[in-house]
Amino acid sequence: MVLQARYADVPIEEKQRLFDQVKADERFESYLYGCYECGICVAACPSARFYDFSPRKIAQAASREDLPMFYEQLNDDIWNCSQCFSCTRCPRGNNPGGLITIMREVSINNGLTSAKNALEGYGRVVYKIMSTGTQVSPDMLQPNAFPDWGPHVQEISDNLALWRRALPPDTMHTTSTAWEVDDKTLTELYLIWHMTGVLDMIKQVDTGLHMILNDVMEELLEEAGFTPE
Amino acid sequence: MPIPLNVLDTRREAREERGPAVPPTEDVREKVFELEAKGEWLVQRVPDPWIGVTTKYGRIKKIPIARTWHHKSCGQCGHIPGYSTAIFWLIRKLGLDYNDPKDQTSCTAWNYYASATSNQGAQAAVAMRNFGAAYESGYFPMIHCGTSYGHYKEVREELVHSAPLRDEVRRICDKLGKPFVMPEEIVHYSEWIYAMRDEFAKRRVLDLSSIDVTVHPACHYHKLVVEDAIYDPDVYGGQRTAVVSSVVTALGANVKDYSTWFDCCGFGFRHILVQRDFTRSFATLRKIDVMREEANPDVVLTHDTGCVTTLDQSQFAARAHKPNVGIPVMSEAQFAALAMGAHPYRVCQLHWHSTEYRPLLEKMGIDWRERWREFEDDLERLKKDDKAYLTWEDADA
Ligand code: SF4
Ligand code: SF4
Repeated sequence: MVLQARYADVPIEEKQRLFDQVKADERFESYLYGCYECGICVAACPSARFYDFSPRKIAQAASREDLPMFYEQLNDDIWNCSQCFSCTRCPRGNNPGGLITIMREVSINNGLTSAKNALEGYGRVVYKIMSTGTQVSPDMLQPNAFPDWGPHVQEISDNLALWRRALPPDTMHTTSTAWEVDDKTLTELYLIWHMTGVLDMIKQVDTGLHMILNDVMEELLEEAGFTPE
Repeated sequence: MPIPLNVLDTRREAREERGPAVPPTEDVREKVFELEAKGEWLVQRVPDPWIGVTTKYGRIKKIPIARTWHHKSCGQCGHIPGYSTAIFWLIRKLGLDYNDPKDQTSCTAWNYYASATSNQGAQAAVAMRNFGAAYESGYFPMIHCGTSYGHYKEVREELVHSAPLRDEVRRICDKLGKPFVMPEEIVHYSEWIYAMRDEFAKRRVLDLSSIDVTVHPACHYHKLVVEDAIYDPDVYGGQRTAVVSSVVTALGANVKDYSTWFDCCGFGFRHILVQRDFTRSFATLRKIDVMREEANPDVVLTHDTGCVTTLDQSQFAARAHKPNVGIPVMSEAQFAALAMGAHPYRVCQLHWHSTEYRPLLEKMGIDWRERWREFEDDLERLKKDDKAYLTWEDADA
């Protein structure tokens, strides 16, 4: 009996190929030791309370190498995870959240549509972290970005530059980065993105973002006399 | 003062009879030193003097008192700047030496856990670049963010167990001209606060005996590489991390228990940025509501970036249908600083917080109207360009 009706049209070989990539990750072995199916991870999981989502099923599919279920999770489940690692309470020593980290990487590397959808609206954050070395900046606090945080976001945004000057630590007078990062430091970060293939990953899911990032990085790298490999 | 969890008393007796158990996990720090002996990397030693604290399975962890290199947090510096400022203020108040570097990037793990647009090699290289920068400065890394702390511990495990990963990252560090160095301990700022709590208590100027506190332990502090977090048999029978809670009792305030303490805050990494319906629901339904119902605290204290943001900012929208919300949220660093007389605006920067905190300040004996007037005067001076920035001297004026 086939429990998973979804994605029946996707050839099993494709599901196997993606599963093999997950399994080939160095971390896989230390994240999965088989599963009692006790559900302790589900009881601790915040995402399981709000979505049709279960870390137990993630561990179960991975240990049984249940390819249809794995493929369904890869597309429909993994982006619901909060990556809180409450599931490390597992009595078996599993780390379902860690398995999900690996599955997400594989879905990005393969440019899956579900990964592209999950990252929609998130591109500006990837741009911020990769180009400035800090993930969020004070000037992201705009009422249109955080309408549900109330009118005080407007107040912060209206007073931003002045309020930043009213901070005693020297490194924190910035508005477009969380703190002041040296150019040399940034150049080193850009080299890391190049040398570890992260830029290639971005290309898989967002060619526009990839182009902009390359442009931004090129200048600093050239100034510093580096040619990315 | 011990925080009891009565049901555990009998278990404790049994444990004492049984004697110390062998920790179920290896001590990765031994491996770190073995790799140093093999010439694989340098190990940056915790500078003297340090304080020994106990981690989950009874091992001793060294917490440096001073000469610390501050690995800042994106969300703290960017959106809760009083958090980082309070940490620096506490260090300065004790007259200790520290380094606030510009040669530091984010650990980039918030993005990694949100979008997976990175990989093991890149994450380890970012960590080792920052550790290299700390080593070059001669100061020891102290990590402000719980996620950076948890992630760096994961990276340490991965590097220790994978020669190919070490080779990849060593090659990158060579290219960057950075030394390949692993710190002897990975230290979170809340561990330093825990270690120094009695020093803060000595300098406390406010009476906090009427202040009830609920504590949210940060997931990435105690759920990632669990054996390295601080536990104390006197705090909930050693069944929960002792950081934050111990600081609250040392400062003379009251820790109140609630049933969903283990639950995450709802931050979700990607959810807080692009799927906040989940974040708001979880933060209010599973945390704030339950705390209100079971403990009715004056304030929620936590020790990580995302938790302060989530628990604080999620309460506004919930007001539309939940009269129960409205508990101020801050870090234990800000709370300790206030207790020691720090300015609520110049230092703790509470005007960046969302949920109403003024009744709490009043209950703590702080005249927030007068303090806000002083801060507004500061802003006027800055506006007139009498001075470029508020200084540490101004903060304590
Ligand atoms: S992953 Fe662990 S906690 Fe979850 S069901 Fe399996 S054995 Fe139980
Ligand atoms: S890491 Fe993901 S699967 Fe694990 S408990 Fe958190 S939300 Fe659930």
